[in-house]
Amino acid sequence: MLMDFRTTSLKFRKHSVIFLFSAALFSAFVLACKAKTGSNGEYTSLPEAKKQDSLASIAAFKDVYSVLMHPRCMNCHPIGDIPLQGDDSHLHNMLPQRGPDGKGIASMKCANCHAPKGVPGDHTPPGNPKWHLPPADMKMVFQGKSARELALQLVNPELNGHKDMQALREHAEDTLVKSGWNMGGDRELPPLSYEEFKKVWYTWIDNGAYAPSN
Amino acid sequence: MALYTINVNGKNHQVDVDSDTPVLWVLRDNLRLLGTKYGCGIAHCGVCTIHMDGEAIRSCAYPISSVENKKIVTIEGLSENGDHPVQKAWIEHDVPQCGYCQAGQIMSAASLLAQNPNPSDEEIRRAMNGNLCRCATYTRINKAIKTASKEM
Ligand code: FES
Ligand code: FES
Repeated sequence: MLMDFRTTSLKFRKHSVIFLFSAALFSAFVLACKAKTGSNGEYTSLPEAKKQDSLASIAAFKDVYSVLMHPRCMNCHPIGDIPLQGDDSHLHNMLPQRGPDGKGIASMKCANCHAPKGVPGDHTPPGNPKWHLPPADMKMVFQGKSARELALQLVNPELNGHKDMQALREHAEDTLVKSGWNMGGDRELPPLSYEEFKKVWYTWIDNGAYAPSN
Repeated sequence: MALYTINVNGKNHQVDVDSDTPVLWVLRDNLRLLGTKYGCGIAHCGVCTIHMDGEAIRSCAYPISSVENKKIVTIEGLSENGDHPVQKAWIEHDVPQCGYCQAGQIMSAASLLAQNPNPSDEEIRRAMNGNLCRCATYTRINKAIKTASKEM
């Protein structure tokens, strides 16, 4: 009887250890999944990045966010279908519409007033050959987004204009993005210089493109 | 100053102007095409609207350097005898009051109908929002566009 009891008890302890070890493994797996999927406000990383350094990535995104939410960037990423205008981000005068391709509608297209190169002056429309909003089927809204929401949107190809990591990285070189620092007149500039922005953009992406927890 | 060749109403013209000169001033001062008017000079009112390769543009906001090799049409060249459907509808509805904004209104309306021959009231309002009229002829503009659309 005693023997039987000891054997059973040993077997039970062995099973308990295996069970606890498996449970710990499972919990670690669940936590790791949460970190990847971002549920429960965990940091979220992009697995294919060169490095995974959440601290460096999130610190850089704080600066990225300050630029993306500045009127020079956000004015063309509005919640509605009318762009914003000015340093106070009011609705664009004349209420131009996004249109299917983001370039306006009929006789109210962005390029009606935004020439490839603008006429100099404080209140003349800035020029750029590519002037447009994001298209109607992928609005890429910045306005009203938290840092977390914006970071998650930026890394999602279904929401970012079908950009993979490389394309997202290269987006910093886009001439329309660059024009945010060169619109002329008395328009306020983004809080970082273009070179500083590029640096934090790459730092954010290369360290895992982590989304902050809020 | 530099020499630019621009095509306006089917004819080539050579002008010697600064590269930043708005097309509006080239049309008015160099080519003496006075139908296109100056209102604000900063693309806010629409009175200077012309067509560039069929698209409505504001001639005060386009420097001469950006219209080389493009086909420019002004109100003087919209039709040979003033009988573009929009012009006829404008007469039928007696649209102008003082008339100052009307060249721009007509050029915007013609561009709208070329791209959308049968616009709804809402589409007209949205497309014509950028053309201001101090005499508030908007109701007649809307009716005239509807009438012109039947001929498009
Ligand atoms: S003069 Fe060009 S839009 Fe007012
Ligand atoms: S008719 Fe007078 S401004 Fe339009």
